[in-house]
Amino acid sequence: MKKNKLVAVTAAAIGIAIAAPATAQDDTAAALEQYRQMIQESNPAELYEMEGEELWTTARGPKNATLEQCDLGLGPGVIEGAYAQMPRYFEDTGKVQDLASRLMTCMETLQGIPSEEIIDGKFRQGERGKLGAILAYVVGQSRGDTIAVDLDHPKVKEMYELGKQAFYYRAGPMDFACSTCHSSDGKRIRMQDLPNLTTQEGAAAGWGSWPAYRVSNSQFWTMQHRLWDCFRQQRVAEPIYASEVTIALSTYMAGTANGGTMNAPSAKR
Amino acid sequence: MAGPMRIRAGHTDGVTEVRVLMSHPMETGLRKDGDGNVIPAHYITELVAKHNDKVVLNVEMGPSVSTNPYLSFKFKAGAPGDIIEVSWKDNEGESRTDQVEIRG
Repeated sequence: MKKNKLVAVTAAAIGIAIAAPATAQDDTAAALEQYRQMIQESNPAELYEMEGEELWTTARGPKNATLEQCDLGLGPGVIEGAYAQMPRYFEDTGKVQDLASRLMTCMETLQGIPSEEIIDGKFRQGERGKLGAILAYVVGQSRGDTIAVDLDHPKVKEMYELGKQAFYYRAGPMDFACSTCHSSDGKRIRMQDLPNLTTQEGAAAGWGSWPAYRVSNSQFWTMQHRLWDCFRQQRVAEPIYASEVTIALSTYMAGTANGGTMNAPSAKR
Repeated sequence: MAGPMRIRAGHTDGVTEVRVLMSHPMETGLRKDGDGNVIPAHYITELVAKHNDKVVLNVEMGPSVSTNPYLSFKFKAGAPGDIIEVSWKDNEGESRTDQVEIRG
């Protein structure tokens, strides 16, 4: 008797298993989307934005100055909408800079905090960690703005082309490039959908949602951190913080995303 | 080191909705660091929410709650301009209190 029951239960289980695949994937995707919306409403990245706002207006460093005179491209102290137009070319440094490297410039010139301390530091720690919080605050001031990187500027265009080259450059023991995972639609790693960064929509989804708070490890990650990890995952030597290649790749992504909407700092799974 | 809380309180049709985002590591005491040493437990044990000094919510929390916890609740009272005060205590004796005005 007992045996019969077991058979019946097993049969029922198989029945479910056979019926499941068609809807399971849609259900999973829908459930994940619902989950993403829920974490968006309670996004702990806001805590970093708050910390960054405080750091922006706090006198710090050997020169005991605030960052309120920092020029992010729209004039000293103008933060609103600044990130949506970055990376951009800066006359005073003669370089195309992303937000991380620009903040490093400001921290060095205004506050006297040496850039080496940030470049040689570790992610989420010390001055590099503080820079991350400041970055969260500045990015938050471009929420909802249209991504508009000036690709007509020759220096920016040069960086864009350099970034494109780096994007397709295959290297390392696994012969990987960024493009291996990020140049076709519908790819994913485990449950994480990968944006196709060669298209405007894909790049906008990617660039427009970083920096982000990752719920799975309770960490706030900047784009510099994200890129560093992409290289690490490709088993290639990790790039130096705020180095040319990271800015070039950022320029390529942001430039491709032009016309999209900034929706960061966001929350990710 | 306890960072500030992000509190939002809105009022519609006689109901106040409070949303609180806390900054806290919420270590369970079961994790180990890179060297294999146990990371000591460090989590919020108690949370109290007050509306104009009157307690409207009392929460007992434990190590199963995530890092940087988020809490939202509603109560039938309050008016724009009233004060909502939220405070928590953790197992290491740290505490934090923040206030916000109810918005209309």
